[in-house]
Amino acid sequence: MVPEAEFTSYYDKPIVKAPPWGHEIPAYLFLGGVAGGSGLLAAGAQLTGRAVLRRNARLSAMAAIGLGGVALVADLGKPSRFYNMLRTFKVTSPMSVGSWILTAYAGGLTVAVGAEVDRMSGSRLPLGPLRPVLRALEGPAGLEAAVFAAPLAGYTAVLLADTAVPTWNATHRDLPFVFVSSASLASAGLAMVTTPVGEAGPARALAVLGVIGDVAAMRLMERRMDPVAAEPLHHGQAGTMLRWSERLALAGAVGTVVGGRRRPLAVLSGLALLGASALTRFGVFEAGIHSTKDPRYVVEPQRRRLAARRAAGETSDSITTAR
Amino acid sequence: MGQLSGPTDPTADAAWTPEHTHPRKGFFTDTSICIGCKACEVACKEWNQNPRDGDLELTGMSYDNTVSLGASTWRHVAFVEQGREQIAAARTSGQALVSLGMPTIGAPAPDLSPPETPEFRWLMASDVCKHCTHAGCLDVCPTGALFRTEFGTVVIQPDVCNGCGTCVAGCPFGVVERRSDGTAAPTYREGHRKGEQPPVPKRGVAQKCTLCYDRLVDDETPACAQTCPTTSIKFGDHATMVETARERVAELHAQGMTEARLYGANELDGVGGTGAVFLLLDEPEVYGLPPDPRVCTADLMTMYKRAGVAMAGMVAAAAVAFWRGR
Repeated sequence: MVPEAEFTSYYDKPIVKAPPWGHEIPAYLFLGGVAGGSGLLAAGAQLTGRAVLRRNARLSAMAAIGLGGVALVADLGKPSRFYNMLRTFKVTSPMSVGSWILTAYAGGLTVAVGAEVDRMSGSRLPLGPLRPVLRALEGPAGLEAAVFAAPLAGYTAVLLADTAVPTWNATHRDLPFVFVSSASLASAGLAMVTTPVGEAGPARALAVLGVIGDVAAMRLMERRMDPVAAEPLHHGQAGTMLRWSERLALAGAVGTVVGGRRRPLAVLSGLALLGASALTRFGVFEAGIHSTKDPRYVVEPQRRRLAARRAAGETSDSITTAR
Repeated sequence: MGQLSGPTDPTADAAWTPEHTHPRKGFFTDTSICIGCKACEVACKEWNQNPRDGDLELTGMSYDNTVSLGASTWRHVAFVEQGREQIAAARTSGQALVSLGMPTIGAPAPDLSPPETPEFRWLMASDVCKHCTHAGCLDVCPTGALFRTEFGTVVIQPDVCNGCGTCVAGCPFGVVERRSDGTAAPTYREGHRKGEQPPVPKRGVAQKCTLCYDRLVDDETPACAQTCPTTSIKFGDHATMVETARERVAELHAQGMTEARLYGANELDGVGGTGAVFLLLDEPEVYGLPPDPRVCTADLMTMYKRAGVAMAGMVAAAAVAFWRGR
């Protein structure tokens, strides 16, 4: 008799297909997180009167969102039709919801950054009578972007989890916590790199909170996943990236606490945190892609949950039936 | 937004008005009478003008050189060769399914003692898009390129799709694929060319079975069902297909073939039942089908709620950082 855990696959061929996504997608996951976190930092700086942090966070967010947007469009099968993302709004599609979040965020941010650039250039932008309008809108626009900042950092977790990719789907309860934490520590890290220590206090605090959230959420997530679905997070390239991600995050947090008030150490810690976040995104992405390649990541968790439901007396909801 | 899980009428959920609605259409693929001729694959390719996949390599997977469903392959005939032990195992797992949830009182149990176990069997099964009641591909499509037709089927509009690839990840059966140039690199290598590759249409967009939408609107049968010489692929109203499938599996059980089982005929399953129903002679994974698929959007509200909490946490962390971070 065949033992329980073993199964016959169809010539070891995959059951689900990997999404046709290149490295642009994990790059966007990282950049979108940086943008989201920077949006919150910029709003906080705006409300607490930290002009340098506000300017740097806004510019960082703009750079991240610009690069991220390019990465997203480049990864489409038909880049010339990218605007079709906005021809409808579908709550059931995290990609659609995310496209609108990204648009709403970028709209407010662009106004705020326009005002910053105008100020930096000594009011030399050819704005004419629009300058007072821009100055008046700058504050509200920055806060409008901030409203969409956390959603921008978090929706990508739902986008990955809301798929049939075994490892991503199995993270669906906890991945949002990992991603917002990763976004927080990355954006805080970038602010520590760009901003003098005098104004970077909130960034240092956010960095430490982000690392605590990131490490805790990642560990909790792995513990709650089906053990087979969680496997790709530990093995191969993805496993290596995620292990280094945690190490860098912890190193960054220690550096922040111990030497965050000295610029060189603050910069080093910030870079470590940025690296940690990038590795988290690439690691989670790779683990998911890997889980589509071997049918056991599909079959074993599914058979386990089916057997568990049957053992609990639920016999009516199987796709395979005798009648 | 229709329901995300559970039994439902997908055409009504998609807000088709009664004057436009037809009875839901579907397939019943009875693999017990499939002879593996692949006429369905050919008819499908011809009708839908789908280009060649790959490089015409021999795979060594029995007579299956198609390998899987994909952007340019909307019917795929699987071939599985089994010996006595595997046949006995299939019969046992089927028997377990028959016994599952059997009423303990009522009609006397039918005689299900297995007939002589043959020494060898060849499983052949024509796979196709399931046209799920709750279609993951359709739910996650951001552009509206994927839509529910008036026949209850799921179709991609190639002129709307921008090739984002989310539907590929959304399908629990691995059906949808984004079409690349359809060739493998070695095609152009000297001495390896096995026929000219025609230009590939609809490149860069997601593609899958349409259940021959263009034929349905003209009241015609889909090409694969039309051509199937053994009626292994049956086409008709979904309700009739499910009923036919139930009669057929009961008939096989009465003959002692307890390995026979239905796949997708249960509206309570993780995808709300499939539009294309199958009769299988072994566990689904033997044919490369998932044993317990669940549409990803069934958990979407949980995901949004968890994400909402996480986002609130992020804002709170930022607030704390500015409050305390001096």
